[in-house]
Amino acid sequence: MNDLSSAIAQALGMLLHWDAGLLRIVGLSLRVSLTAVGVAALVGLPLGAALAVARFPGRGAVMAVLNALMGLPPVLCGLLVYLLLSRSGPLGAWGLLFTPTAMVVAQAALIMPILAALSCQLLRSLWEEYAEQLRSFGLSRLGAVPTLLWEGRVGLTTVLLAGFGRAAAEVGAVMIVGGNIEGYTRVMTTAIALETSKGDLPLAIALGLVLMLVVFGVNALAMALRGWADRSGH
Amino acid sequence: MIRADNLSFAAGGVPIIRDVSFALDPDGPTLILGPNGAGKSVLLRLLHGLLEPDAGQVRAPGPQAMVFQRPVLLRRSVLANVLFPLRGPDARARAEQALALVGLQAMAHRPARRLSGGEQQRLALARAAAQRPAILFLDEPCAALDPAATRAVEEIIRHLAAAGTRIVMTSHDLGQARRLAGEVLFLHQGRLLEHTPATEFFAAPRSPEAAAFLRGELLWAPGA
Repeated sequence: MNDLSSAIAQALGMLLHWDAGLLRIVGLSLRVSLTAVGVAALVGLPLGAALAVARFPGRGAVMAVLNALMGLPPVLCGLLVYLLLSRSGPLGAWGLLFTPTAMVVAQAALIMPILAALSCQLLRSLWEEYAEQLRSFGLSRLGAVPTLLWEGRVGLTTVLLAGFGRAAAEVGAVMIVGGNIEGYTRVMTTAIALETSKGDLPLAIALGLVLMLVVFGVNALAMALRGWADRSGH
Repeated sequence: MIRADNLSFAAGGVPIIRDVSFALDPDGPTLILGPNGAGKSVLLRLLHGLLEPDAGQVRAPGPQAMVFQRPVLLRRSVLANVLFPLRGPDARARAEQALALVGLQAMAHRPARRLSGGEQQRLALARAAAQRPAILFLDEPCAALDPAATRAVEEIIRHLAAAGTRIVMTSHDLGQARRLAGEVLFLHQGRLLEHTPATEFFAAPRSPEAAAFLRGELLWAPGA
């Protein structure tokens, strides 16, 4: 008990003094996960919107695959990206393995199906509401995609926040493709795993607190956005 | 001007419109009447091109616009809703003119979906009018509105008709049909039973179904 309370006290001390090592880890975490959300959104949101409006044979199968990929274990995702980027892999020549870029790739691959499936669900109900009116305006199904994305902006923002929460909290994928190299590819989750196993609890606790704050912050942001949207008629 | 030749349409094997042919009077307004389930809304959608007929063809000139029973408004300002379908340098002027026509110019920058039901339908009418359609289709535009809002909407429809827009609309409100109609298409179980000038239709309906409908005895299409 004494060990634990002194560890917590040390952790709070690190947080209060903006410990440089801690800040570097938190900064890299945010940079990697935010970039991953951006990359995944560029693919996932238009894909989700197109799936929401399109009618083609095999649409059901594509949706089933996306829904299954939503539950892809991060370690498996990390392994697949590792095989892709490793020296003997198809993209090995790019030399990306064990870099922050590889971590972005792994997290983006992990959350892209989540963003696509959730946005598809959201935009489908929007499309049901708008389909006749937009076609009356002369828009084709795919031509309506930009309009749908804009009309769903509030809901899509919460989808992005959910994706960010998932990316920031996962440990398996970044551990495998990043390698948890100190000062280079060490992020909050991999540091917590390592420091805990080493018995260096203060740093692990401090990082855990920050991670929790980030997750709470993201949720608070999503709730605030919903409330604002309800009040302002969006 | 607006023609339908041997139109048929079925949904899931159930015939909705059965071999309907007509050529509408050049003036109008045309009111499509009939009991619930007669196929009024489907006929309107076939004429506007939102549905493809299984057989037969439609000839209706453009540009066209349509206003729905429940106004479909974008999550944007009132003005942005009117601007959405418009192209060209005079879009802004046309949008503001249309908002003035329906009395919403003071609300141009309010979020459209915060308006009352009647205001939302007037906005939908403004958006349709700003497109300067040759034909304006209206599907039960007042079904969800209170009497005051209904009067306002009818006033706008009358104004557009007088300004040369060809109005084709459905309604289940006989009072409204009497006030607006130039001619009537009476549908029953997907068939066109009457196509007559409004005065004639309301004074002396030719089919027993239309007579029963006007007496208020035929509200649902049996077996449809």
